[in-house]
Amino acid sequence: MVQEASRPASRVDLVRALREAAITALIAFGMFLPLIGFNTVQNIHNELVLETRWPLLAALVGIIAVGRFLYALLMAPWLARRAMRPRKQHGEGAVWRARLGRWLIPFTLGFAVVYPPLALSVVGFQGAVKWIDNFGVQILIYVMLGWGLNIVVGLAGLLDLGYVAFYAVGAYSYALLAKTFGLSFWLLLPLAGCLAAFWGILLGFPVLRLRGDYLAIVTLAFGEIIRLVLINWVPVTNGYAGISSIPRPTFFGIPFNASDEGFAARLGLEFSPIYRTIFLYYLILALALVTAAVTLRLRRLPIGRAWEALREDEIACRSLGINTTNTKLTAFAMGAMFAGFAGSFFAARQGFISPESFTFMESAVIVAIVVLGGMGSLLGVAIAAVIMIGGTEIMRELDFLKVVFGNEFDPTQYRMLLFGFAMVLIMVWKPRGLIATREPSALLSDYPVAATAPLGPRSDVAEPPLVRGHGP
Amino acid sequence: MEVFTQQLINGITLGSIYGLIAIGYTMVFGIIGMVNFAHGDVFMVSAFIALVTLLVLTTWFGMGSVVLALLIVLIVAMLLTSLVNWTIERVAYRPLRGSFRLAPLISAIGMSIFLSNFVQVAQGPRVKSIPPLFNDVIVLMSSSDGYDVSVSYKQLMVWAVTAALLVAFWFVVTKTALGRAQRACEQDQKMAALLGIDVDRTVSITFVIAAALAAVAGTMYLVYYGVISFADGFVPGVKAFTAAVLGGIGSLPGAVLGGLLIGLIETMWSAYFSTDYKDVAAFSILAITMIFLPQGILGRPDVEKV
Repeated sequence: MVQEASRPASRVDLVRALREAAITALIAFGMFLPLIGFNTVQNIHNELVLETRWPLLAALVGIIAVGRFLYALLMAPWLARRAMRPRKQHGEGAVWRARLGRWLIPFTLGFAVVYPPLALSVVGFQGAVKWIDNFGVQILIYVMLGWGLNIVVGLAGLLDLGYVAFYAVGAYSYALLAKTFGLSFWLLLPLAGCLAAFWGILLGFPVLRLRGDYLAIVTLAFGEIIRLVLINWVPVTNGYAGISSIPRPTFFGIPFNASDEGFAARLGLEFSPIYRTIFLYYLILALALVTAAVTLRLRRLPIGRAWEALREDEIACRSLGINTTNTKLTAFAMGAMFAGFAGSFFAARQGFISPESFTFMESAVIVAIVVLGGMGSLLGVAIAAVIMIGGTEIMRELDFLKVVFGNEFDPTQYRMLLFGFAMVLIMVWKPRGLIATREPSALLSDYPVAATAPLGPRSDVAEPPLVRGHGP
Repeated sequence: MEVFTQQLINGITLGSIYGLIAIGYTMVFGIIGMVNFAHGDVFMVSAFIALVTLLVLTTWFGMGSVVLALLIVLIVAMLLTSLVNWTIERVAYRPLRGSFRLAPLISAIGMSIFLSNFVQVAQGPRVKSIPPLFNDVIVLMSSSDGYDVSVSYKQLMVWAVTAALLVAFWFVVTKTALGRAQRACEQDQKMAALLGIDVDRTVSITFVIAAALAAVAGTMYLVYYGVISFADGFVPGVKAFTAAVLGGIGSLPGAVLGGLLIGLIETMWSAYFSTDYKDVAAFSILAITMIFLPQGILGRPDVEKV
C-alpha cells in the first residue's frame, strides 16, 4: 500500500531530477567549455594555438549531470526525510561518542610516539625515511602551526591570514644567526621564538583596533610585505635564491654524521640518515606537545579566559573591564612565538630556506586546518592536519593511477586543486569544523555533567552551547 | 614633466582595470558583508576565457576585424564569467549565509585556491601571451631629448570601455528596480525580504554583475599586457581590494576612485623609486588605510551596534 501511494510521486521525482540534471549539465557545459574544451598550447613558432578536448569535456559534464541526477533522485529525499525525523537527544550515540572521545586522545598520542619504530619495522630502513619524514615530520609541523594559530584564531577569535610571516621570521632568524655566529640550535630555538613574538607585537599593535575581515586582510598584507622584503633584501636574505647549508640540529652537541664523533659511531651503530630523521620526528613531536600543553594551561588562566570571552563578544568584554588591546596582543605574540619555534625547526630540518616556502598559500593552509578542525579544538586541528597534509602527501604516492589515466597523469598537480575543493566542501558541510563542540573551559562543580559532556550531540547550527559556568 | 604625464596616462589605464575589479569587491561586501576572496581569481579566469575566445575567433574563423572580434570576446567573457561566478555563489557561499562570520571568507579562500589550481591544471602553468593588438600610438608631447609622451590606442580603448561600462552600471544601480532592490538588501536584508524582494536572487545578480565587470577588466588586462598566467589573480585581486578599501568599502564611486589612486601610486612608485618594492607600496597603503582611515575616502563610518 505504501508503495502504491509513493509510485506517482516517484515518477514526478524522476522527471524533476532529469530536468535538474539537464540544467546542471548545461551550466557545467558553459562553464567548462572555454577552459576544459580548449587547451592553449604553444606551437614550434612560439604562437598560441588551440587544441580541443571534447571527450574530456563530455566526460566532465556527464559526471556532473549524473551526480546531480542521483542527488536529486536519491539524496535529496533522504535528506528531507532525515530533517523530518525528530533529532535524538542524549542517546546511545552520545555515550558512544563520549567514550570514543575519551580513548581517542591517549590512542593518538601513543600512536604518535611509537610511529617511527613501527614504520621502521614495517617498511625497513630504506623506506622508513620517506614515511617518517614526508608524513610524520611534515604533518607534525602543520599540527604545531595549527595549534599555534589556534591560540590566535580559535581562542581569541582574530583571523590571522599572515601567520606564515612569523614562521618565516623564525626560520630566517635561525638560518642567519646560525650561519653568521655559529650559535647552536638549542640556543637559537628560544631566541627565534622570542624574535617572532616581538614581530607579532610589532605588527599586532597597529591592527588591533580592526575587527573580523579587516584584520584578516591587514594581516595578509603584512605577511606579503614580509615575504616581499625577504625577496628584495638580497644582501641579507639572498633573495629568491634563499639560504642554503644551514647547520643541522645536533643531539645535544653530538652531530648526526658519518664521522667518528657522530651519533651513530658513539652508540656503536652503523651510520644511517634515519637516526637524524627519527630525532627530528621526536623533536617536532615534543615541540607540538609543548604547544598543546601551554594552550591547555593558558585556557585555565585569566588570560585564556579573557581570550575566549573576547572571541564570543568584544563589546561585552570591554564593558567588563578587560583590556582588549593587551589581551589581543598577548594572543598575537603567543601564536607568533610558536610559529617562530616551528620556523626554526623547519630551517634546521630542511637545511635550506627560500621565500618560496612562505607564500600566502601556506598561511591559507594553516588557517584552513584550524577552521576545518573546529576552531579551538586541539584534537580537531590535529585531525584536520592529518587529513589535509597527509591527504595531499599521499597524492604523491598514487602511482597506480597512472595505469588508469595513462602515463602523463601526474597526481601531484591535483594536490592544491583538491585541497581548495575540500576546504569549500568541509565549510559547506560543517561550517563549525570537524569537531564543533568545544569543551567548556570552566565548570561549576555541581553542574550536571551529562548535559555538558564533551563531544556531545552534534550542533551544526550557530553557537555550540557554551556552559554557563563562569561563576564568581 | 614628460615622464610625469606619461606615468599619469599609464596609471589611469592600470587604475581603470583595478577600479573595475574593485567594484566587484565593494558590491559583494556591501550586500552580504563578505570579502569575496576569490574575486581576483574570477578576474583571472575571465582573462583566460577571453584568451580562448580570441583564439577561436582569430585562428578558427579567421576573423579579420580586430574591433569586432574584441567586442565578441568581451561579450562572451562577460557571459561565461557571470555564469562561473553565479555557480560559485550558489555552491560555495549561499549555503553559508547566516553561518558564523568567518565561514564564507574561509570558503572563498578555498574557492580562490581551487580556481587558480584549476586553471593551472586545465591550461598549464606557463604564461600565455598573445600577439600585440593595436600597437599604434598618438604622440601628445615631444621633448627635445627624444622622450615622447604618447597614448596608445590600447589605452584609449581601456578608458573608453571602462567609462562606457561604468555609466551603464551606474544607471542600473541608481535608476532601475534591480538597483533599488540591491540597495534595499544592502541596508536591511530582513526588511527587504518582508517587502517582497527576493534576497537570494538579488545577491545572485550582484555576483553576476561583479563577475561581468571583472570580465571586462580581465579582457582589458589581456589586451593591454598581452600575457596572462594562472597566478595572475592574487596580486591584482589584493590591489583591487585595497582600492575598494581606500575608496571606502560599500561605496561604488569610491571603488573607482580608489582604483585610479592605486593605479597612479603604483606607476609613479615604479617610475620614481624602484619596481622591486611596488607591491610593498600597494600592501602598505592597504595596511595604512585600514589602520588610520578604516571607512575610506568616500565611505561612511561604521557604527557598531550592540
